[in-house]
Amino acid sequence: MASPIRILLAKVGLDGHDRGVKVVARALRDAGMDVIYSGLHRTPDEVVTAAIQEDVDVLGVSLLSGVQMTVFPKIFARLKQEGANDMIVVAGGVMPDEDVVALKKMGVSEVLLQDTPPEKIVSRLRELVAQRGAR
Amino acid sequence: MVPSSELVARVQAGEPAAIARLISRAEQGAPEARDALTRIYKLAGLAEIIGITGVPGSGKSTLVAKLTEKLRANGVKVGVIAIDPSSPYSGGAILGDRIRMAELAGDPGVYIRSMATHGASGGLAHAALEAADILDVAGFGTIIVETVGVGQDEVEIVKASHTTVVVSAPGLGDEVQAIKAGILEIADIHVVSKCDRSDANRTVVELKQMLTLGSKAKDAKPPWQPPVIGTSAVSGDGFDALLEAIERHRATAAGGPLGRERRLAIAQFRLKKTAETMLLRRFADDFAQDGAALARRLTCRETDPYSVAAEFLEQTTFCESHGARHEPDGRSKIA
Ligand SMILES: Nc1nc2c(ncn2[C@@H]2O[C@H](COP(=O)(O)OP(=O)(O)OP(=O)(O)O)[C@@H](O)[C@H]2O)c(=O)[nH]1
Ligand SMILES: [Mg+2]
Repeated sequence: MASPIRILLAKVGLDGHDRGVKVVARALRDAGMDVIYSGLHRTPDEVVTAAIQEDVDVLGVSLLSGVQMTVFPKIFARLKQEGANDMIVVAGGVMPDEDVVALKKMGVSEVLLQDTPPEKIVSRLRELVAQRGAR
Repeated sequence: MVPSSELVARVQAGEPAAIARLISRAEQGAPEARDALTRIYKLAGLAEIIGITGVPGSGKSTLVAKLTEKLRANGVKVGVIAIDPSSPYSGGAILGDRIRMAELAGDPGVYIRSMATHGASGGLAHAALEAADILDVAGFGTIIVETVGVGQDEVEIVKASHTTVVVSAPGLGDEVQAIKAGILEIADIHVVSKCDRSDANRTVVELKQMLTLGSKAKDAKPPWQPPVIGTSAVSGDGFDALLEAIERHRATAAGGPLGRERRLAIAQFRLKKTAETMLLRRFADDFAQDGAALARRLTCRETDPYSVAAEFLEQTTFCESHGARHEPDGRSKIA
């Protein structure tokens, strides 16, 4: 039996909504993944610490508050510092097109905007983990 | 892929990413990790392991967070292994214990690992105890294991700790939930959580009554009698008493027959689970290889399932490795 894909879903920033993340969490669980949910208002440092301790395949960061351009540089800096270079980082939420482009340049593997259907999220994550290969 | 053997020294140095990866390898039951885990086993044994169980929603994770805060204030590094059930339908899981431990998130002296009951392909008990050993070797002085007290595996894992805490909460319907879940007997310490609620006292009283009924009055006083401690995460009451009880249990067990028996029971459980896992894996591999051919002999009813199963099992159980088969004269050789 292959191990399930492990993903950490984290909410960063001040917005207090996690309905969307919870819907995604259930969809991923129903697709056979192990989903660790860290709760609201996490800092980039806390998110990376958790992702490393949990040895997740995917770190999914959801934000609605428009802080992506300050959050992701911090996340990548911390991942690098911890030597976790094989972590797949995915962004979710609402953001302008130019930010999507900038985030991908920074190393974000995929940006899943708010209205992405759950099936699409599932298949994209599977694809990304398969591309990375064993570790 | 970093070889597991290289991870051991990095685990000893306390490197989080190395600890994390070796735990994953243990969960996967990767044969490649066996040598590394053999070394880990021999290096471990310093940490104090506390098992915490109770019915869903009884306040276990909240309690783990409070206990960890106290231990941190005393300078102890704390590892937490939080086990949650997988969905029986998809095999996936939502692991939410971290939400209650948010306060601890930034502290490098706390390591939290979530585990799903089906996530460990090498066997849950196996993976959880190996994770505890890895954290032990990484220098975490106390390791807390949280499981939901339903399901045999989960209960056994918590039993395989130095001190077992069973949590009951008021307002979850059945007053003495530990009885219903069959976990009353495994407690070294009983906690009634949510004591800020007005109905908590009833739970405390009923639990104490159950315990006096359970203990045989005429027997000599046992070396340890499980106390009942009320806690409230709202007011912070009870956690000092809990920590003190855990310490008292540790001191009572240390060096005495209680501790020796416990350590032997834990080792025996460990051995059983390891043997079980090895056997099941061998069984699965051998059956995948030979099952269809053996079954063919059954379809025409020239023989019976008992005889063929016995023949198959003899090969599987007594062969050193794959490919080794019994010869007609009873000796095995490598095919
Ligand atoms: N009033 C009160 N509520 C509490 C206390 N401890 C926990 N709770 C609440 O009880 C609920 C469950 O708490 P958890 O700590 O998640 O319980 P758990 O046993 O870990 O739950 P599972 O892991 O899902 O089985 C949460 O809503 C907590 O806020 C307490 O001391 N007082
Ligand atoms: Mg919990």
